[in-house]
Amino acid sequence: MEIVWELFWEFFKIGLFAVGGGPATLPFLMDLAQKKPWYTMGQLTDMIAISESTPGPLGLNMSTYAGYQALGIRGGLVSSLGLVLPSVIIIVLIAKFLENFNENPYVKAAFKGIRPAVTALIAAAVLRLCRVSLFAEAEGVLSPAVGSMIVAVVMFGVLQIKQLNRFHPALWFLIGALAGVIFQM
Amino acid sequence: MSDWKIYGQLYWAFLRIGGLTFGGGLSMLPMLKYELVEKKQWLTEEELLDCYAIGQCTPGIIAVNTATFVGYKKKGVAGGIVSTLGMVTPSLIIITLIAACLENFMSNPWLQHALMGVRGIVCALMINTVINLAGKSLVDVFTCVICAAVLAICLLTDLPTILIVVVSALLGILFERLKKRGKGGKT
Repeated sequence: MEIVWELFWEFFKIGLFAVGGGPATLPFLMDLAQKKPWYTMGQLTDMIAISESTPGPLGLNMSTYAGYQALGIRGGLVSSLGLVLPSVIIIVLIAKFLENFNENPYVKAAFKGIRPAVTALIAAAVLRLCRVSLFAEAEGVLSPAVGSMIVAVVMFGVLQIKQLNRFHPALWFLIGALAGVIFQM
Repeated sequence: MSDWKIYGQLYWAFLRIGGLTFGGGLSMLPMLKYELVEKKQWLTEEELLDCYAIGQCTPGIIAVNTATFVGYKKKGVAGGIVSTLGMVTPSLIIITLIAACLENFMSNPWLQHALMGVRGIVCALMINTVINLAGKSLVDVFTCVICAAVLAICLLTDLPTILIVVVSALLGILFERLKKRGKGGKT
C-alpha cells in the first residue's frame, strides 16, 4: 500500500516541476532511477524508445511505463494520475484567475531563466543516458559497447540530413533493433 | 444538448487526439486544430493557440495542460477533468499492454540484442533533441551563462532538480528587473 502513495507523490512532484513537457520529465525520471529500486537506467532507455514510438504524450507514456515497472497495472495508473493532477489544478486556477498568464511580465522573466536551465538539465540527463547505453560497466570499469556506439553515430549522422529527419522515430527504432539482432550486439 | 453528452464528446475527442498523435507536445497541434477548431468548432484557432501557449509555459505535460484548458473553457472544472482523462486513456492502455508483453520476453536473447541496437538510436535522437532545444533557448549571454552553470552543477554536484528549476526562475525575474532598472537609469 505504501508504495502506491510513494509512486503517486513522486510523479505528482514531477508533474509540478517538469516545465517544458515530455523531455523535461527525463532528469526527474533519472533521479528516480537512482533513488528508488523501481527501474534501472537501462530500463529508462528502453522506456524512452517505447514512449517515442507509441501514440500519446511522451511524459504520460513514460510515467505509465515507469509505474508499471514499479507496481504493475496499478502502478501505471497511479503514476499517470499523479503526473496529471498538478496540471489540472494549475490550469484551472490560471483559467479562472489569470486571464493573460503567458503575457505576464513576471512569468515571461521567469521563463527567461527556466528555459536554458531546463535545456541544461535535459543535456545532463542525456549525457548520463549515453554513458549507460553506450558503455558496459563491470566492477567499476567502463568498456565501450561498440555496436550501440556505431548505431548511435550513424543515426546521428542520418538525423542531420533534412530529407530523412521527418521520418517517424519508430522506423529508426525498428532499424536499430534489426541491427542489434543481425550483429548480435 | 445535455451535460452528459458534452462530457462524452470531450472525452472522446481527447481520447482520439491522445491515441492518434505520436511524440506528444509539438506534434499534437495539427491534430488539436483539426479536432477542436475545424470539426467541433469549440474554439477559434486563436483561442486554441492561446491555450497551447499557456500549456507550454506551465509545469507538466503540454498535451495534458492544453486538454485541461480546452475542457475547462467548454464545461468548467468537470470538463477539464474529463478531457484530461480522455487524453490519458490511450497511453495507459497501450503502454500497459506493451510493458506486459515485454516483461514476458525480457529474458529472450533476441530481444536483448534488439534492445541494444535500439539504445544506440535513443542516444542519437536524444542528443539531437538537446541540440534543437539549445538552439531555441540559448538566445543571449544570460541564457548561455545559466545553461552552462546548470550543466556544470548537474555534472559535478547532486543538487535536487526541483531546486535548480526554482532558482533559475528567480534568476530570470531578477535579471529582467535589473535590466529594466539599468535602462531606466540611462534615460
